Parts: sequence; C-alpha cells; structure tokens
Amino acid sequence: MAQSVVVQVGQCGNQIGCCFWDLALREHASVNKKGIYDDALKNFFRNVDTRGTGISKGRICSLKARAVLIDMEEGVVNEILQGPLKDVFDSKQLITNVSGSGNNWAVGYKVFGSQYRDQIVEKLRQTAEHCDCLQCFFLIHSMGGGTGSGLGTFILNVLEDEFPEVYRFVTSVFPSGEDDVITSPYNSVLAMKELNEHADCVLPIENESLFDIVSKINQMINSGKPGTTVKQQSLVTLNEGGIKKKLDEKPFDKMNNIVANLLLNLTSSSRFEGSLNMDLNEISMNLVPFPQLHYLVSSLTPLYTLADVNIPPRRLDQMFSDAFSKDYQLIQADPKHSLYLACALLVRGNVQISDIRRNIERLKSSLHFVSWNQEGWKTSLCSVPPVGHSHSLLALANNTCVKPTFMELKNRFLRLYKKKAHLHHYLQVDRMEDSCFTEAVSSLSSLIEKYNELDVTKGLPIHEQVRLNIVI
Amino acid sequence: MSVVTVQLGQCGNQIGYEVFDTMCRDLHNTQGFCSKRENEIYQASCKEHFFNEDKSEVPVARALLIDMEPKVISQTLLKAAHSGRWKYGQHSHFCQRQGSGNNWAYGYSVHGPKHEESIMNLIQREVEEYDSLSGFSIIMSMAGGTGSGLGAFLTQNLRDAYPNSFIMNQVIWPYGTGEVIVQNYNSVLTLSHLYRSSDALLVHENDVVHKICAKLMNIKQISFRDVNQVIAHQLGSVFQPTYSSEDSFQYRRNPLGGFKDPALYTSWLQPSDAFCEWRTHRAFNKYEKSAALVSNSQFLLKPLDTIVGKAWNMFASKAYVHQYTKFGIEEEDFLDSFTVLEQIVASYCNL
Repeated sequence: MAQSVVVQVGQCGNQIGCCFWDLALREHASVNKKGIYDDALKNFFRNVDTRGTGISKGRICSLKARAVLIDMEEGVVNEILQGPLKDVFDSKQLITNVSGSGNNWAVGYKVFGSQYRDQIVEKLRQTAEHCDCLQCFFLIHSMGGGTGSGLGTFILNVLEDEFPEVYRFVTSVFPSGEDDVITSPYNSVLAMKELNEHADCVLPIENESLFDIVSKINQMINSGKPGTTVKQQSLVTLNEGGIKKKLDEKPFDKMNNIVANLLLNLTSSSRFEGSLNMDLNEISMNLVPFPQLHYLVSSLTPLYTLADVNIPPRRLDQMFSDAFSKDYQLIQADPKHSLYLACALLVRGNVQISDIRRNIERLKSSLHFVSWNQEGWKTSLCSVPPVGHSHSLLALANNTCVKPTFMELKNRFLRLYKKKAHLHHYLQVDRMEDSCFTEAVSSLSSLIEKYNELDVTKGLPIHEQVRLNIVI
Repeated sequence: MSVVTVQLGQCGNQIGYEVFDTMCRDLHNTQGFCSKRENEIYQASCKEHFFNEDKSEVPVARALLIDMEPKVISQTLLKAAHSGRWKYGQHSHFCQRQGSGNNWAYGYSVHGPKHEESIMNLIQREVEEYDSLSGFSIIMSMAGGTGSGLGAFLTQNLRDAYPNSFIMNQVIWPYGTGEVIVQNYNSVLTLSHLYRSSDALLVHENDVVHKICAKLMNIKQISFRDVNQVIAHQLGSVFQPTYSSEDSFQYRRNPLGGFKDPALYTSWLQPSDAFCEWRTHRAFNKYEKSAALVSNSQFLLKPLDTIVGKAWNMFASKAYVHQYTKFGIEEEDFLDSFTVLEQIVASYCNL
C-alpha cells in the first residue's frame, strides 16, 4: 500500500491540518477495533515504539502522523504541540520562526524560501524515508496571506524538484472579496502561477462556502422541528471527542473540519477496501484532461445524519442530487450552467453500482459535458462509510465554472496593481521584481483563456469526428 | 489437461474468485440430475482441470493472482480461505504497492517490463506442475490500468514463451457510462494489442450482465458481486468438461481445447459446420437444464464500433493524451491501435 505525506504551511494550513489528523484518528479508531497497525493506517501514520523506532506490523504502539508542519509564526504550531494531538507529531518534523511573513507573498517565497530551503528538503526527505512507497504529497495552505501563500508555493516547487515522481495535491483556501488582508489579491495571483505550473491537482476552497454550510447546519440543529435532532457524531463540522466545550471552540474549527472531511473522503478508497477502488493516481488520470486544467470543484454530502430512527433514512438518490447542488460545494461557483470536462463520484458505504448508474442517468440530462467527454464519469465504491453515516458521496468536478472565480481574482489584482498600491512592500524584497507580477497575471490570463475556449463549445451541436478509412 | 487461470487487476481477481467458488460449489453438488457414477466421473474431471490437491485435501485453485496494489488480492485470498471448501496456493500471487492509476501506458510500459521476470517465473513454476497444459485463461478488464495494460503485455509474453499453448482472454467490457473516464482509450489500446497475441477473446459486457441481473434475475440493488457471479456462472458453464463426440462415456474434450476446434471458425464456409454442440449429462450449478452459447458473430460489432468512435472523438481533441505520452505511449501508437480496430470493424461488417 502506498503512503501519503501532508505538508501544512502557515496559520490556515496548520489549523486545517490539525483538524484533519484529529478526524483521521477518529475514523481509523472506529474501523480498527483490534488495535492492529494495518495497511489502512499505514497510509497516513507511522507506528513507533517508545524509542521512536518504526514498527511495521503488529499492535499499535504510538502513531505518528506523516506530516511536516511549517509556519513562520509560532502561535498555531505551539498550540498544536500543547493540545490533545501533541503526541501525534514528531518534533523533528517542524519548522517555525517568530517573525511571520507580514501577509507578503514575496517574504514567504523569496526570503523564507531561500533561508529555509535546506531544512525543508531535509525534513521532507526524512518523512519520505519512513515510507516504503510514497505516492502523494498533500499541501494545505491559504492563498491570501504570506506564509501559506508564498512559502507554501515555494515548497511546491521544492516537492517537484526533489520528488518529481510523487503526486502533488494542493488544498488551497482562496480569499473572499471582503478579505481583511488588503494585499490578498497580489498574494493569490502570485501563488496561482505556481499552482498552475507545479501542482498536479488543486482543490480550491472558499471560506464563504464553508461559512454557508456551517450556517445551514446550525439552522437545522436549532430549528426545533420535530425529528430534526442530529446525530452529533455525524456532523461534518465536528471534532473528536464529541461536542467541544464552547470555551474551547475556535471560530474556524467547524469550517476547517469540513475541509478535513474532504481530504478523508478523497483518500478513503485508497485506504479502505471496496468493490471498485480508486487510488490517488486515478484522480489525476481521469480528471485532468490537459495539464493546466487541474482545478477541481468539490462537494460533500451528507452534512449530517438525523438521529431519530423513526424517520426513514434520506433516500439514497437525494444524496446524489445534493452533491450537484450549490449548497454542498466548497467554492462559490455554478457548475450546472457551465461545462463539465470530467466528473468523479467517490461513494462510501452501503451503495451499489446500480444505485450509482441510476443516479448518473437521472442527473446527466441537466448537466453539460464537453463534446469529447459526453460520458465523462469516474466512479469509486469504498465499503467503509465515514463515522456516523451509512453512506456518503464526494463529487469532484473539473468544470469551467471556476473561470468566474479566477476572473474576479484577476480583476481585484488589477484594481490594486494599476494604482501600484502597496507594491513597494513587495518590490523591496530581494530578487522580487515587477516582472514577477506581470508574469503571474499573464499566467492567470492564459488559464482563463483556456477555459474560455472550452466554454464557447458549450451548446454547439456535436458532430462526430470523421473516422479512419480502411481499405480491406 | 489443465487450465492455468491468470487473474489480473481488481476486476480479474474479483471475478476469478467467483469462478472458482462457483466451480467448487458445483463440484460438491450432489444433485447432479444424473447417475452417481456419472457424477463421480464429472467431478474428477472438473477437479483435474481446475484444482490441485494438496496435503490438506482442500482443493487448491490453479490460478495466479496478479495486481499492482495489495488490497484486492488480500481480500480475495482471505475470502477463499474462509470458505473452507477451497483455497488459493500459498505462493500463487504477485502484487506491488502502487496501482496503475487507470493508465494503460503505465500498466504496459512501466509495470510490464519492471515485473516481467518475476511474473513469468511465477507462471513457469505453476506450469511445471502439470503433465500437460491445455492453455491459459486470462481474466482482465479493459477499462482500468493493470488488467488492460499489464494484461496486454503479459499476453504477448505468454505467446512468446509458450507458442503452442492456447491463450484465451476473458475480457470484461466496461459499462457505457460511469466507470473510468479514459476507458475508451484503454480499451482500444488493449484490444489492438491482444489481437496480435491471443487465440480467442471471450467478451463479457457489464451492461448486458447488468440487464440480466435486473430483468431476468430481478435483483433490486445490483452490486458488483451480483454481476461477477453471473459472469462466473457463464464462464463455469462454458468451461465444463464435456463428452467428446467419439466416446460417450468419457470426458475427453477439455474446455479450452474445444475452442481450437476448427468447426467453430468456419462460419462463412459451411452453415452445417458452423454450429458445434457439446453435451454433458450432469447438471451444472443446480440448474436442471442449462445451455451456454459461445458465438463469434457480428454481435460485438456495435459495442466495438461505439468504443472506437468515442475514443476517436476524444483523441481528436487530444484530451488526456499527455497522461499516456508521459509513459511512452505516443500518438503514433494510438493511431496504430485505431487502425487495427477499424480493420476489424470493417472485416466484421463485410461478413
């Protein structure tokens, strides 16, 4: 079985990462009753004895996350190391600083990048050496700040240089329009050039969507309608150990847990068994028809399970419909009115192939697929459902609906750039030049143009290509 | 006369398990609807073809399990062992840590050459156990990466290593929608390569089997297990030992050898020679009467044409091609494959 390593960079990256490890432990604990260090656990965790030496089989002694934690401020990482997960992280897998990146991509990338490159490579190598078959790096970061954005994308380059055969999946939190960091458009566009060129797959996330999902759940819980008591364990926003005391709960925890669940569901079929497995390399193979078009819209369902056993379980088909509704998406976009290049359905739990086929038949007439991929569906069936659910669905769509998001980002960038607002903060950084900006916006424009070229084909009559003529 | 079954990839291994399980259940069936003696003769013959005996007296399937990631093989070995009625050999499997990623090029150009020696050695060791080998039955899907790509590579190698053996591929034709996005590319590449090395391709279409489950068997929530069991039943009934025409009391004609019979392939010469019938008095799988039809006809023309058409459309836009060129399958290789298949389509059309 192959292994994956999580690289969490910056405040946002580490907070989400922390939620991920928490939930991963909870998921494995609920499945792994015998306490044996099995192949599924091996994917994300090492098993070590009291001296810290790796144990490859047998009983679980102490689990260590395959993770590298990087932040240019100490606050978040220190908190993690003092919290309930402190034993899960190896102190040798951390890189921290005190000064922070000042919400400046150039500081994160150019200054800290070069300063910490050797340390970063060393920590990555150590983590990789503990794997007998490293398949994928998961980079978690935000785009709007300085560390996650700048140093995070610098690390993306390092991953490609040092481990070219290993997949690079990036979970990127994009800033919203009302982001309180004024220079977030600069940071995001500069980071996007790196994502375009060095990531295999990007899962963009928008806080607005996460917030909406949290509100929806709160509404449900507080509605007081009969039969709407929710099984606490099943909440997509929940941490280990049940309901957290209000005092301890951080504002972003609920939202971060949604992203953590995304990552768990994404990797479920490579960790657990099922009748139609899907490994991480299959995600890239099936969903990325052209190298640069690797941005995937994700939607997760269900968000919760009702506790009342007298209410019949929500029809399975409703789960599929929900996955194609904007309410369950992790970014603000409209795939139904745009063009699908490819779509993947990762199903967990008590669902069979006939259920999937029935729903694809039902849904496809309301969706537009590109002419050369009219049946562009990839499916996987994992037998193990998430904690608290009998089944779940993660839909990943490669769809031109990301274009408006990118265009909006470009416009915000240009509004600042035209006035040269705050530019000096960047240009005064060593080796940072104006050309970095122009190249970045050019890369973004070219990406938008590629989506445009596909969009214009939408709705055009499809004619079959002329086939080869064979003389017998 | 023994048949070596090679189970490749997730699909091949899942189906292979069901095939042996079905055959074993059938073996132990006391309700043969025939005389006791006939039952015994049938059982002995069947066992000889598909199972080995070992010290524990639990029949050991004559099969090799090959996959590029370990989950499915572990499951399959476990299930067989738990049944108590039969099992797989201890050293009959080969697996790696990371799958082929639904990439035919990866299965064919990377995994193939890398593990060629180990896999061929495994096969050789198995073959050496038998006095006479009637041939290979390779179970593989066309849609994925291992069954399809490694399957094509392996079939070529088997042809080179055992030029006089009969090689038959059990090819699983994927659902029209909703399995793997690049399944049409993988299918085109697989079929064009298999054509050069295989003796016969026995095709099982998921869509057709699914309909059987729905309409004929009335299963409401159809799982892959249901589909695989139908395919196993079909395969089992085709591979039954049968009477040879000369001697009505001896099971002579071995399953794969039957397909070598020239009478099967002269359908355009003499209608009277076109149909070949073999009979067995002993009932199969608890059905009082059953019949299995294997035909070489224009039946597959439409599905084949559809797959080639879809793959061609996708190829025209060059979508996903970079995933294949990354591992050494170039555009020319695609064009060669298309050419081979268009020739086949044209030949069937001209019948």
